[in-house]
Amino acid sequence: MLKILFFLSSGLFLGWSLGTNDAANIFGTAVGTKMIRFKLAAIICSIFVIIGAVVSGAGASQTLGKLGAIDELGGAFIVALAAAVTVLWMTKSGLPVSTSQAIVGAIIGWNFFSHNSTSVSSLSKIVGAWVFSPILSAVFSFIIFFIVKGLVEKSKIHLIRLDSYTRIGLIIVGAFGAYSLGANNIANVMGVFTSSSPFQDIAVGKLFHLSSTQQLFLLGGIAIAVGVFTYSQKVMMTVGSNIFKLSPISAFVAVASSSIVLFIFASQGLKHFLVSHGLPSFPLVPVSSSQSIVGAVLGISIAKGGRNIHWRILGKISIGWVLTPVAAAILSYFSLFFMQNVFMMNV
Amino acid sequence: MSKLFMNRTKQLEADIEEFLDKVTISGLILLESVKSYINQESERFENQYKKITKLESEADELRRNIKHKLYSNMLIPESRGDVLGLLETLDDVVDTAEKVIEQFSIEKPDIPEFLHKDFLSLAELSAKAVDELVKGARSFFKEINLVNDFVNKVHYYEHEADDVEEVLKRNVFESKEIKKFSRKVHLRYFAEKISLVSDVAESVAERLSVYAIKRKI
Repeated sequence: MLKILFFLSSGLFLGWSLGTNDAANIFGTAVGTKMIRFKLAAIICSIFVIIGAVVSGAGASQTLGKLGAIDELGGAFIVALAAAVTVLWMTKSGLPVSTSQAIVGAIIGWNFFSHNSTSVSSLSKIVGAWVFSPILSAVFSFIIFFIVKGLVEKSKIHLIRLDSYTRIGLIIVGAFGAYSLGANNIANVMGVFTSSSPFQDIAVGKLFHLSSTQQLFLLGGIAIAVGVFTYSQKVMMTVGSNIFKLSPISAFVAVASSSIVLFIFASQGLKHFLVSHGLPSFPLVPVSSSQSIVGAVLGISIAKGGRNIHWRILGKISIGWVLTPVAAAILSYFSLFFMQNVFMMNV
Repeated sequence: MSKLFMNRTKQLEADIEEFLDKVTISGLILLESVKSYINQESERFENQYKKITKLESEADELRRNIKHKLYSNMLIPESRGDVLGLLETLDDVVDTAEKVIEQFSIEKPDIPEFLHKDFLSLAELSAKAVDELVKGARSFFKEINLVNDFVNKVHYYEHEADDVEEVLKRNVFESKEIKKFSRKVHLRYFAEKISLVSDVAESVAERLSVYAIKRKI
């Protein structure tokens, strides 16, 4: 048991850092502007992240599996560790980092090491989603902003009542955001372990069924929740990260847009619905919630007239897009080498 | 729980509405009391003085209640400072109106008939400025795009009041009918005091327009 936990620890660590960083993307402005108390935000975030991960996490995770199926627990441990270290290093360097990109880079590193070819179609789906998600987020936020603005102005609602509604809205949209984060990003945290999962399926009667993958996701979700409770408040309180000074209503629009995008890239249900109706569907890929929210904020800035756009942050993100997977891949490759030849572990 | 939430917000909205009403009424009482003073209806005038004194303390208490509710329930964190600033400066309008009537009551200026019309006109313009200001404050809470219209009207009435004030003062000092210099100074003082109400209203309107810009989503 302890051995299993040791190997899973790098994934859990990745989950913890996801919790600390990405919770701010969902509840950062709500908590920062004192619309919602941190405790409430943390509870909602944790509950819905876990639900999202367990219920809906499989889709994106399967795409990662197609990219590289890591069949040894030791290998999965190293891959997740390489990703986690890359994330930590980038965060310390002040670059906005995406766990999605780190894990993909690390998996590719494993592919090189184990002489498996990397599926080009999977990779192109993934990279395409990375580029497209902030753009899509911007488009959504642009549209939703005008809808919300129009509604608020037309309804001539009193400021005090608007405040109550905004709070409720932020809670609902935050719950959805946490669900989408769990559904989309649990693949980053636990996806590499699915092929080598040490768990057995659990079935209790006819109603309750928890597959081994879902158990992994539950564990990962709990790790994310721990991250949310332990460190995310600090991240939320520093306005400096990705979310610029937004009004509570703008934050509602941004989180809603970003969450929809993450949901689109995670939901198998939605994909089936679209396919069965002959509509174009999206690949289920783990995307970056940070970049998604930045896209959403950009969309809102454009809707407001396109003035205060922080071009430098966009530049930094673009650098991150290239640097993160490359760094993770290199780190993963060398760590695997180390693990196999120095520690004599199967990877 | 959300029902409690909603009742609390409704109550607070009602409180703010009531406060704004009191500010409007203070302008009206100012006008009516100047009218009754000029018409030498002393009983009516004293009634109005009592009314505005009561109004002023009620408005103060209401404002303090609203402030307490906003802080203790942590409502409208983004606009709270501005809202409270607005209410405080609106309270100044009520205070100024009360002080004017109080001075009339204490010092009992002797206003010659040829100046009645100008004094009345001044009081009317000040009352109008207050009225438009409160409308502007109301629209700050509900229809932010209309605030500027009302702010412009307040500016207009304040300018008009300034003009009337100047004419009045010139009439006072050029008049052969008013012999004593001290009486001229006394009348000038009252002209300035009544006009002050529109000045205070204008300064609140300035702040209001800034708050409105800040509030745009």
